[in-house]
Amino acid sequence: MSLLEVSGLGIRYGTNDVVAGLSFSVDPGESCGLVGESGSGKTQTALAILGLLPAAATSSGSIRFDGIELLVADEDEMNALRAERIAIVFQDPMQALNPYLRIGQQIRRILLQHKLASGHEANDRVIEMLARVGLPDPKRQFGAYPHQLSGGMRQRAMIASALITEPDLLIADEPTTALDVTVQAQILELLASIRDDTALLLITHDLGVVAGHCERTLVIEQGGLVEEGLTRQVFAAPQSRHMAQLLAAAPRLDRDGMREGMRGEFAGETVLDIRAAAVSFRERGSHRRLQAVRDFTLQVRSGETVAVVGESGSGKSSLVRAVLGLIPLQTGVVSFLGERLPDDVRSRALTVKRELQLVFQDPVGSLNPQMRAGDIISEPLLVHAPTLRDGERRRRVLRMLEKVGLPDSFVSRYPHELSGGQAQRVAIARALVMKPSVLICDEAVAALDGTVRNQVMALLEGVQDETGLSIIFISHDLAVVRGISHRVLVMYFGRLVELADCASLFTRPLHPYTRALIDAVPVPDPAVARGKQVIAGEVPSIVTPPSGCAFHPRCAYAHERCIVERPDERVVDGVTVACHRADEIDLTVR
Amino acid sequence: MGASWANVRGNRALVVSAGILIVTAMLAVIGPLISPYDYLSTNFDALLRAPTMADMHLFGTDDLGRDLFVRTMLGIRVTLIVAIIASIVSLVIGVAYGATAGYFGGRVDAVMMRLVDTLYAMPFIFFVILLMVVFERNFLLIFVAIGAINWLDMARIVRGQTLSLREREFVDAARLTGVSSARIIARHIAPNLVGVVVVYVTLTIPQAILVESFLSFLGLGIQEPQTSLGALVDAGVNQLERASWTLLIPATLLAVILMCFNFLGDALRDLFDARQTR
Repeated sequence: MSLLEVSGLGIRYGTNDVVAGLSFSVDPGESCGLVGESGSGKTQTALAILGLLPAAATSSGSIRFDGIELLVADEDEMNALRAERIAIVFQDPMQALNPYLRIGQQIRRILLQHKLASGHEANDRVIEMLARVGLPDPKRQFGAYPHQLSGGMRQRAMIASALITEPDLLIADEPTTALDVTVQAQILELLASIRDDTALLLITHDLGVVAGHCERTLVIEQGGLVEEGLTRQVFAAPQSRHMAQLLAAAPRLDRDGMREGMRGEFAGETVLDIRAAAVSFRERGSHRRLQAVRDFTLQVRSGETVAVVGESGSGKSSLVRAVLGLIPLQTGVVSFLGERLPDDVRSRALTVKRELQLVFQDPVGSLNPQMRAGDIISEPLLVHAPTLRDGERRRRVLRMLEKVGLPDSFVSRYPHELSGGQAQRVAIARALVMKPSVLICDEAVAALDGTVRNQVMALLEGVQDETGLSIIFISHDLAVVRGISHRVLVMYFGRLVELADCASLFTRPLHPYTRALIDAVPVPDPAVARGKQVIAGEVPSIVTPPSGCAFHPRCAYAHERCIVERPDERVVDGVTVACHRADEIDLTVR
Repeated sequence: MGASWANVRGNRALVVSAGILIVTAMLAVIGPLISPYDYLSTNFDALLRAPTMADMHLFGTDDLGRDLFVRTMLGIRVTLIVAIIASIVSLVIGVAYGATAGYFGGRVDAVMMRLVDTLYAMPFIFFVILLMVVFERNFLLIFVAIGAINWLDMARIVRGQTLSLREREFVDAARLTGVSSARIIARHIAPNLVGVVVVYVTLTIPQAILVESFLSFLGLGIQEPQTSLGALVDAGVNQLERASWTLLIPATLLAVILMCFNFLGDALRDLFDARQTR
């Protein structure tokens, strides 16, 4: 018999059906992936199973868990089931953990609440669990507060608290979306290895995650199931159009072609020249300076796309903000077409400002909620071409809208009336309306669904082919970068570790960290996804920088020399790399 | 602004309190026109007459025989005008000051806000009383005095909001395109403050009414024969034993107006909050 049986589930907010007629089941001990784009009703389904739907929602149909009907269960029955038999891991562990309680106490409470253990026995069990989820020094972490842990460690603690009762069903709702790629791989590995007899319902938008870790796959679209089957079969021969679309939209490191044509030596002149740039922040409450970016040098040529890749804490956002003059540069020089730029954007000439533009990660947050799309796009024109007549300005705004693929009627829309993809198009239109030479995209597609992401990237590529725009594409995700960039720069802990042509970087990386990033990208193909290497550890804290090469604590190839001596950037086979052993070790991707 | 009519109408506290305020304000304008009496003329044949329909002394008369209905309506008018103008004064100064301090931050912010702290530390009522005693008492001085108290709160609230708005990405985007600081404050910061400011203004109005009433009650506010609700209450207290209506009617109206503004403020806050969380 199935452990969980959802049949004809409907969830409705007012007149809006979020989930309609959804049916599926989960067997005891199996791992099941629930895949869908944002807004497809995945999370609402999870909340319905847990009895956590908000009061505004009305549900219909049936959810049976081990014979118990959950939709009609009262609060006491649900409380008894939750945690003890059904547990959940949320996307953001910082939101899910109580910031005022020590990790150990929070987990211990679950045991006490359900009378599963008491006193010292409870403490011992919690510490044992913390050790099993891979928290280093579990005795000490027992007394730590959530903010003292890194994101990955917090998610491990969250998993420990979910599994401490040995539940029958674990629901993981986008458990790794807020984490770095290398940490994501570790957490998924942990979930798969630790759950024993617990059934897993893994909710995600990322096909790669499902391919690697679920036996069965369920695909939902607009609140209804469109496909289900063994993961192997669903991925090899999708039956539904939607799954086929999702698969086609998922970026793949192992198959898709790379950008042709402009590889190797570039004809274009150097547009943006960043030399020996460093950025630092003063630590709160002390005079120590924390070094976010050090000794960073990069030349961007006209018409090329350079991707800057690194995990959170690698300093990529600090770097772009300093280059644009939004935060102060500690040392170093930024020049545009050979001319040195003042550090602060406010002291830069208008004619230079228009040449460097930024597209942000959060499309809605980067648009003023009180302005209409038309006004947002025309504002730069008001600043840079104040003599333009109203009619001409309006014409240019409409032309820009058309270029980013939005109809004229969007001129009068407010940001909250736009979807994520549409809002990002408006943001791109605003950045491009002044015809800049360099466009910096800071995680500009990270918040978008697969198909929309591909559309936005195609749009950028199209504009580049047409106007010779240079693009700096900041991302944490190598898979996204591969299709669009000519050169890729990998950053780790504030420094460049490798800068190479796209093709060479993906086939023959020279730095072990680059290779680790490539391996960490989930592949949406069950045949390839299993049995991949996962590197241990996380990006070190900026407060306690490691000695020598910053990567040595996580590096499988580290020598004594790496511990004491920091490697300088050097050129090996035309690739700039900062590794002592770059010419000894072979990291070729096969 | 996205607060739709359906939301506004669905909010009973908002509709009722706004309705009462509008009716009161209209009465205050029309009332004196339809009454056969004016606020000045005394009638020694009708001293302290109780409210009656018979000779149109709806609210009775005071100890000089002046019609209290007309005087009360006049009092409401004066009270509302003082309160609204004082709030506008505090709104303009407070928003401009707070938004500037918040947007520029750093040293500018520190200096500007320490000035506010210093002003806060002064015993303002005492200060106002001194002003009133030293200079001729006049209408203008009351606005200045009340506005001078209220803008401090407004500046602090606006500054706090601006500090968080300044970090938002759309402000960075505007700076990158070369939009000037003045225009960023006017076009990007200020419109996003509207929700907070509207709510806060509806809460400063009753505060201003209270201060004005207090000053008038102390005999430092509006000059006879002009009057305000506070002055009427002051006069009524003296007649409490002989003619309780001279106190009760203006005091009740004052309380109703204060409550309506407070409810209105709360309701507006709910309305804007709902929009933000959605």
